Amino acid sequence: MKILVPVKRVVDYNVKVRVKSDGTGVETAGVKMSMNPFDEIAVEEAVRLKEKGIATEVVAVSMGSAACAETIRTALAVGADRGILVETDVELQPLAVARLLQALVDREQPLLVILGKQAIDDDMGATGQMLAAMLGWPQGTFASKLVVEGGTITVTREVDGGMETVALPLPAVVTADLRLNEPRYASLPNIMRARKKPIETVKPADLGVDPTPRLTVLKVVEPPRRQAGKKLGSVAELVAKLRTEAKVI
Amino acid sequence: MTSLVLLDHDGSAIKQPARSAVAAARLLGEVHVLVAGHGVQAAAAAAAKLPGVARVLVADAPVFDHLLAEPVAALLVSLAPAYSHLLAAAGADGKSVMPRVAALLDVQPITEVAAVVAPDTFVRPIYAGNALATVKSADARLVLTVRAASFDPVPADGGNAPIEAVPDTDMPSPGRFISAELSKSERPELTAARVVISGGRGMQSAENFKLLDAIADKLGAAVGASRAAVDAGFVPNDFQVGQTGKIVAPELYIAVGISGAIQHLAGMKDSKVIVAINKDEEAPIFQVADYGLVADLFIALPELAAELERS
Repeated sequence: MKILVPVKRVVDYNVKVRVKSDGTGVETAGVKMSMNPFDEIAVEEAVRLKEKGIATEVVAVSMGSAACAETIRTALAVGADRGILVETDVELQPLAVARLLQALVDREQPLLVILGKQAIDDDMGATGQMLAAMLGWPQGTFASKLVVEGGTITVTREVDGGMETVALPLPAVVTADLRLNEPRYASLPNIMRARKKPIETVKPADLGVDPTPRLTVLKVVEPPRRQAGKKLGSVAELVAKLRTEAKVI
Repeated sequence: MTSLVLLDHDGSAIKQPARSAVAAARLLGEVHVLVAGHGVQAAAAAAAKLPGVARVLVADAPVFDHLLAEPVAALLVSLAPAYSHLLAAAGADGKSVMPRVAALLDVQPITEVAAVVAPDTFVRPIYAGNALATVKSADARLVLTVRAASFDPVPADGGNAPIEAVPDTDMPSPGRFISAELSKSERPELTAARVVISGGRGMQSAENFKLLDAIADKLGAAVGASRAAVDAGFVPNDFQVGQTGKIVAPELYIAVGISGAIQHLAGMKDSKVIVAINKDEEAPIFQVADYGLVADLFIALPELAAELERS
């Protein structure tokens, strides 16, 4: 079985993002970029399925500028077999990403697509579900465990009150939550080996997809700042303040 | 313009985040609501009482029993032509279902809506709440999930809407529900609680979370946790407050032994009053706390329990 793993290049999660002074977005020039952490988990899961002999090939896909090839290399360095870069300068929103992935799935015929449950830049959390809908496949969102057996994938999902387990017939789309696994680090020899793995570059037009965004960002601002309050000397003082000043207990 | 809101319910009552989604929908025009499930007549009756709801649609069929995304999305798509907006609270069900609906309608969804600017323009947080983006949609029909903490919920009572059954409930469901392991608790749900007390890595063990339980019992609070406490295995993941967990905005949020990573602040900084108890006076949590107590939590928590007992 082939697994497709979409990976997104995002501002590294350790970077404190700054809103641009002209309000058009956040500053990304000269900022460290990395693979979206949830996508790292997705890659790791796909590689583990290959190591268990369940998957035969893991294909990493990224979309955006030519620099997204670096993100694909990161996936190749932890065990993905080859990459596909969908190169475009157009800002891609989840609808377009899902359409492009749909076209790649039609071409590649994977039985499973695993991707992160959300990207930490736009925090949209939509691509996996949208891709599943377009393909007419079932979806297992927010996965914390998955088991592939025969033609079925059993997915344990993180839901509001705890966990839920569902069985989905393959092919299916799974979105990875934090506790699915702990991604490995790439070893130096594997990073070197990844350089030799193939990355194919295609354009949205090659896939017959118009990636024009449907949402226009009118402005981006910093959230209102909370003022630091008082440091209190004792628990008794805290309880008194909560009772008489804040009046919340 | 008429909106349809998919309601979260427990079979009998409408959950508070869903009432916040109704509040958001009221800003857009007439509001209809959808109650899907199996054996949900009591929930439909509760939905009819929500103020501002003009009509309750009920889809009562075994296929909707566990609200699997595939049949529920297909149901919403079948109802969509009558509506300008389709909404749900941004909980696990809404997040799973609504993007699927959007794709089937060829619409770019707008998730985690925190404010309504105009019927096609919304504010939503990005980068873990470190920026707020105002986005305008070019789609003819809009699909939204609503950040419940950003909208005061409509009351549970006061309305009297007619209830009608959805005629066609024959939706495909390729997936199969196997089981659910839900945390059992007498306490209020995290996203609906008036008071939340959360513990972080500083709690040091699962056993020590009992110190928080004692205070939660006195305040009628829900118990939450930082991702660090979840990762350390002190509490299950559904306790997690933060960017990748639950977003809460209670009247009172008490953060105990939590340093205040950006990811955690993203989940609780809209709380009305924030209290931080931490032994490290440099902890970033103090920068957002209204009341800070630099103290060893193992001394402060029993004192707090005793102090609350005293009144």
